[in-house]
Amino acid sequence: MEELLVFTKNSMKIKILPIFVILFFVSIFLAFYKGLYDSNIYTPDVNRKNIPVFQTKNFYSGKNLESSNIFEVDKTYLLNIWSSWCLPCRQEHSLLMSLKLNSEINIIGMNYKDNKKNAKNFLKELGNPYKDIFVDSDGTIAIEWGAYGVPESFLIYNNKIIKKYIGPLNEELINEMRILIK
Amino acid sequence: MIYSLIGYYSLIFGLIFGLFLFYLSYKNFKNSILLDNKIIVFSFLQFFFVIISFLSLIFSFVVSDFSNVTVFNNSHTTKPLFYKISGTWGNHEGSLLLWLLVLTLFIFIFLVRAKNQSVKYRILTLVFQQVIIIGFFIFLIKTSNPFNYLFPIPNEGLGLNPILQDPALAIHPPILYLGYVGSSIIFSSVLAATTLKMISSSWASHIKKWVLISWIFLTLGILLGSIWAYYELGWGGFWFWDPVENVSLMPWLALTTLLHCILVLEKKSVLTSWVIILSIATFTLSMCGTFLVRSGILNSVHTFANDPERGLFILIFLFVLIFLSVFIFFLFHKDDGRNSYNFFWMSKETSILLNNWFMMYFLSVVLIGTVYPIFLDVISSQKISVGPPFYHKLLIPFLIPFLLMMAIGPKLKWIKSNLDDKLYLISLFIISILLAFVILKNFSQNILINTILISSALYLFFITLRDFFVKKYKKISQNIAHFGFSLLILSILFNNLFSSEIITNLKVGETFENSETKIVFESINQKKEKNYNSIVANFNIQNSKGEEDTFSPELRIYNQPVIATSEADIKTTLMSDKFIVINIVQNQDFFNVRYQVKPFMMWIWLSVILISIGGVISFYKK
Amino acid sequence: MKFFRFLIMTFLLISFSNLKADNYDTRNKITKNLRCLICQGQSVYDSDSEFANSLKILVDKKITEGLTEDQIYKYFKEKYGDWILYDPGLNKNTYILWLLPILLFLIGGAIIYKNFIVRK
Repeated sequence: MEELLVFTKNSMKIKILPIFVILFFVSIFLAFYKGLYDSNIYTPDVNRKNIPVFQTKNFYSGKNLESSNIFEVDKTYLLNIWSSWCLPCRQEHSLLMSLKLNSEINIIGMNYKDNKKNAKNFLKELGNPYKDIFVDSDGTIAIEWGAYGVPESFLIYNNKIIKKYIGPLNEELINEMRILIK
Repeated sequence: MIYSLIGYYSLIFGLIFGLFLFYLSYKNFKNSILLDNKIIVFSFLQFFFVIISFLSLIFSFVVSDFSNVTVFNNSHTTKPLFYKISGTWGNHEGSLLLWLLVLTLFIFIFLVRAKNQSVKYRILTLVFQQVIIIGFFIFLIKTSNPFNYLFPIPNEGLGLNPILQDPALAIHPPILYLGYVGSSIIFSSVLAATTLKMISSSWASHIKKWVLISWIFLTLGILLGSIWAYYELGWGGFWFWDPVENVSLMPWLALTTLLHCILVLEKKSVLTSWVIILSIATFTLSMCGTFLVRSGILNSVHTFANDPERGLFILIFLFVLIFLSVFIFFLFHKDDGRNSYNFFWMSKETSILLNNWFMMYFLSVVLIGTVYPIFLDVISSQKISVGPPFYHKLLIPFLIPFLLMMAIGPKLKWIKSNLDDKLYLISLFIISILLAFVILKNFSQNILINTILISSALYLFFITLRDFFVKKYKKISQNIAHFGFSLLILSILFNNLFSSEIITNLKVGETFENSETKIVFESINQKKEKNYNSIVANFNIQNSKGEEDTFSPELRIYNQPVIATSEADIKTTLMSDKFIVINIVQNQDFFNVRYQVKPFMMWIWLSVILISIGGVISFYKK
Repeated sequence: MKFFRFLIMTFLLISFSNLKADNYDTRNKITKNLRCLICQGQSVYDSDSEFANSLKILVDKKITEGLTEDQIYKYFKEKYGDWILYDPGLNKNTYILWLLPILLFLIGGAIIYKNFIVRK
């Protein structure tokens, strides 16, 4: 502390202070510069985590369901969070339909904060790509998964999350999925 | 079409006049007995062309000229005229043009008003100001030209974000910019004065007016922003420690510090280095704020442009200005080390130093809290949030001694002082503590810290209140400002402590009732306006005293762009605000209703106005 | 006997309502410290988005399950990272954040004391 004070007191005469000040600002400049080009869209790192354990209900039968009964070991799943009131879900639905037809992935639906009748109509209209559907009536299961909302999808293998997709899927992401599961 | 052409070429002319001004200043500086009249004429012309450019942008907005990209992106034919005009500066390009307008206006006023200052000083100030002005010209023309063409010409624009369609927000940017840009004059002038080694008492009293101007406008600008957030963002708060708010608070803190510090310089010709650093910091912080807001480096409620190229330009420009000032400071400023600055511990000088010390601490908390997440992200790519709890924990404990010093400090005399009427000071202190205790006796949470905080704010309140009636007391402006500050702190505290809230879900026709309040959801109806459709919910709310009020909060769906907003219904009275807002819950037939009673809301606004009135009086004094 | 039962009943009632009020306060306190991740600069408490509403329900659940405030923060931190917490606790990432302002305050005080103040 003492030295620091002496330093500041005499600093006007010493040449070190300007250099120090300049270095200080240069480093701030560099940090800002780098920050400018980093993406500041926040995505938490959930990849390679175990899937959460939860209780839910089956969409059709309304029976209670344990998460361990939905996801089996050694299999690949795509968990898709959807809802009939969500517009982007409509867009990605055809992709899910085609994914169901030509791949190994089992697609599981999580019906998010939805009305059962609307949801059924939605599936009647656009087809049902899901092997199983379970219900998340108050949105809390989605939070267990670390999701933000609808639509969102998780690629799962061996009860581990391989990758998380926020927002609607598109062709590119589907192709990426195909590569990932190989 | 024609307006865009006029606007664009006026900008070019303005830039050319700026370059001419450099040349004229150079010639005049060498032969500096009289200020060349051409300089004044040219800087007027520069201002004139910028105003032409600005007016043509306004006209483009008024006539909805969608061949102009800025108009296309931010306007719509169905928008009310008022918001067409305010839309001019509600976007990145237009707001920069407004910056430029104020920059050129202020330097012109400066040249005309500073007649009794030395010619060299006026010329140099002009030169430094022109560096800033030309930087902004290039920035505007190169990266954010407000007059870009669009072809084919669309029939309709994209519209203005509805949350920006608000009277408070329409005038908030111009007022705020007057504050920000006012500090540019301080910046240019301090650099000029340092170069000419004329930082002295007389310079201090000359620049004090400019400090006051930008301080007043900045205070009012922040106030308007707060009021807007309270009315429009719809969750009943008025300050969120959001980065964009912090960014306007930082120059304010620096300016307030400068305002106090310059008093010492004016009186005693000491603390010169410190005044220089503060003057530079004020404008630098304003620019830094512009960078943080415009570059998209922050995640925030109000960020608008998101273009790295623009961010890069401001960043480089900002650091050019910083390095220029660092260079001038170290090269020209020699602290002559006269050991004249030894202050007696109980004197006005010391109390102002202590004020500076605390203000700098507050500034550093806000600054570090705002930029630290950016640095952490860059260094370790960890993302953290720094929110209200951080600021409260670090600021509140320091606010207590600060308030006490604000009460005592102005009573001290220069050089050496004794406190008069100690009896009064002590008895008022005891009264404050007792009163705070009585007010808070029914509270269980944080009773200790709240009691201390309220006592010290009450103390300042009583002391300043008493001073209004003591006749020998002359410093009315200072007293009003300090009184306003005590009122501000008290109203914020009481507002926080005594607000009550009911959150419930209601269907039409249902009633919510608890021991104090009865909320009846009477009906809903629809309303169609030019630029939005809305659902209006009608409530009747009765409190325990049997007073009834009807409220009609709305859910609006704006058509251009299609955005849904909740419009709160607020009943303001002198002592408390009643605030109700509704929201749709997905896939349910009820509405989420949030009803708040917020006491002393009005006093928060009034006390900030009082603070700035203090500034205005000080400005007109003498 | 009757009197005792009455006493116990009132006691239970009072403590129960207290508990409820406490839970409500804790819920508000916790949700004020959580960032609504899909909103811009709003806390979960302030927001009425789907995400925030679900989060509020979950916080209630966790409180009734008997988790402490810190455990709930930890739970959400695991799910969503530090970003969700408005109050950046003191840890290796935030030492500078918390201590630098205080350090600057001390240095400032030392400079003032050393350079300006004369004692009698």
